[in-house]
Amino acid sequence: MTGLFSEVFLSALLFGAVTAAIPLLLAGLGEQISEKAGVLNIGIEGMMLAGAYLGFVGAFYSGSLWLGFLTGAAGGAAVALVMALLCVRIGLNQIVIGIALTLGLEGLTALLHHFQFSRSYPRLPAADATVIPLLSDIPVVGPAFFKHHLIVYLAVALVFGMGYLYRRTQLGLNLQAAGDKPAALDVAGIDVVRTRTIAVLTTGALAGLGGAYLANVGAGLFIPFITNGAGFLGIVLAMLARGRPIWVLFGALLFGVCLSLTTAMQVAGINIPTDIIQMLPFLAVMIMLVLFGRRASLPAALGIPYERGAR
Amino acid sequence: MSIDTAPTVSATALDATSGATTRRDILHRLLMTLGPILIALVIAGCILLAVGVDPLAYYGFVLEKGLFSPLGIQQTLTRMAPLLFLAAGLIVAFRAGMWNLGGDGQFLLGAVTAAASAPVFVQIMPAWLALVCSFLIAMVVAMIWSLVPALLRAYQGVNEIITTLMMTFLGTSLANVLVKLAFRDPGTTVPQTRTLPVEDRLPRLFETTITSGLLLGLAAIIIVHLVMTRTAFGLKLRIVGANPRAAVHSGLGVPGLTVAVFAISAGLAGLAGAVDIIGVQGNVRADWNPAYGLAVIPAVFLARMNGFAAIGFVFLLSVLSIGGESAARRLGVPNHFTLMLVSIVLIVLALAEYFDHRYNQSRRA
Repeated sequence: MTGLFSEVFLSALLFGAVTAAIPLLLAGLGEQISEKAGVLNIGIEGMMLAGAYLGFVGAFYSGSLWLGFLTGAAGGAAVALVMALLCVRIGLNQIVIGIALTLGLEGLTALLHHFQFSRSYPRLPAADATVIPLLSDIPVVGPAFFKHHLIVYLAVALVFGMGYLYRRTQLGLNLQAAGDKPAALDVAGIDVVRTRTIAVLTTGALAGLGGAYLANVGAGLFIPFITNGAGFLGIVLAMLARGRPIWVLFGALLFGVCLSLTTAMQVAGINIPTDIIQMLPFLAVMIMLVLFGRRASLPAALGIPYERGAR
Repeated sequence: MSIDTAPTVSATALDATSGATTRRDILHRLLMTLGPILIALVIAGCILLAVGVDPLAYYGFVLEKGLFSPLGIQQTLTRMAPLLFLAAGLIVAFRAGMWNLGGDGQFLLGAVTAAASAPVFVQIMPAWLALVCSFLIAMVVAMIWSLVPALLRAYQGVNEIITTLMMTFLGTSLANVLVKLAFRDPGTTVPQTRTLPVEDRLPRLFETTITSGLLLGLAAIIIVHLVMTRTAFGLKLRIVGANPRAAVHSGLGVPGLTVAVFAISAGLAGLAGAVDIIGVQGNVRADWNPAYGLAVIPAVFLARMNGFAAIGFVFLLSVLSIGGESAARRLGVPNHFTLMLVSIVLIVLALAEYFDHRYNQSRRA
């Protein structure tokens, strides 16, 4: 048990937590945009899977991690395009389409992986870390937080970028209105459908990027069903964050710690069945929901397709 | 649409003494179902072509194994039993306006508890009583599992979509823990529960391999349909679903009804697990998760929460999954392709419904 509190263990735990948190952060930020604009995006798990697969394939064949992130984001956006067409343009039920997309992408990515790599699971070389000078020399915290791939810092920067977008820009206000009072936005002369479409596509790109990070940096390989509920955790994060990007960051880190405990405990030689440890993040969510559930708030028009002149 | 077209359909049925209109209606419905399925099969076929598998051979196997071979159709009908129970549970929830997306967790916990209890019970009591007791245990366990989302929704207003999804992930893991640790069969090296002897399982129908669970499933979904459409209790739930605020104003105990809806919905999902174990599988292996729950959700939705239409969609789902599994095995396609096939069929069907609805509206206007 003494191994639990050693410096090496703690810093490995925190490093793992950040690595596990980034996909959740990106998915959560993405879902947040969607929810703000009034679209409950249950298909986010499918978008992450598309991003994970295409991101891996892109990085594997080009040898460039950045190109992988790009193809991953494009893959997520492509799935989001289907969602936008079906749920925003013609107003089919968002939950049903979201579930169908998740199921479909689970099948499609597993199928494509099977025919491309058969039963082998090739690995990518380990991602280069960008070491931030000085800060990374702090014991425990330094190696855990300041020795990551550049995209990690960009993802954290995105949190503040989103905060600025929501509070200070016209587009941010439009998004908010599209979720709360779409009719008012329409009256103001702004196309609700277009606003929501932009939101859903951004969601897809972010979720795809999250998936690509999960496969390329987090795991270094693609296996079918690799996201394992990360997309759904992203939905919870967005719900609990009540529209604030910074809360998504904190929530993602908290879940990241839970996820990283899985591997950390095995490294520390504590023998708990993996199934029990796998329950931790979801248990954490349920506890958070029991404690703060009442305060989770969602936009008024969430989940309701906008149809001009319908009300 | 079921709410707004149902009256017009029955009205035309009453007007047309010859029945020609109804026949056209039935033909129209048939076309609206088969057409999209055909389109979906073409789309999925293109994907198969792209990865170098002959789609015609694949579909040939799907049809042969899922529908036209004696063994295949028996398996298809057997597979329908758990799906019908799940669909029945979803109909209750959806009509009451609640999204129980935790079907898989409830299903698995029901399956595991039934698998753990049935082999013990058959040794100490008559077989029929043992099976009834296992069914009850599975149902109660699933009901208890749904209590957290139910209470959170009823008294805290927490969105049930999220809570039920989280409980599904927890339930799947917990079911695995139970199989591997608590209920593990000490007699084998494979992590699985004790096996219920074949002669103690649900009786087969006639001379076939179809389990009598099919009849239970059909009974469940028809009862649910009748309760939801013909009884006061069903009406109350539908009011809650249509407008919760109005339901409060008309004096309905909405929190109580919410908990009841979750209990019934989850109980039926637990029974689905039990019927699959006691009727077919006989035991639960570790990491077994057929994920029927998620696949049934869009099907029930497409059936517009109508029990009889749901039976049709469940049959289709069953054909695709049984046929798909065996076609996948023979052609070296991973089993996951079935998931994609089902999802394409569901999306295209949803699209077709939408365009049909739009067309009808514009014609009426």
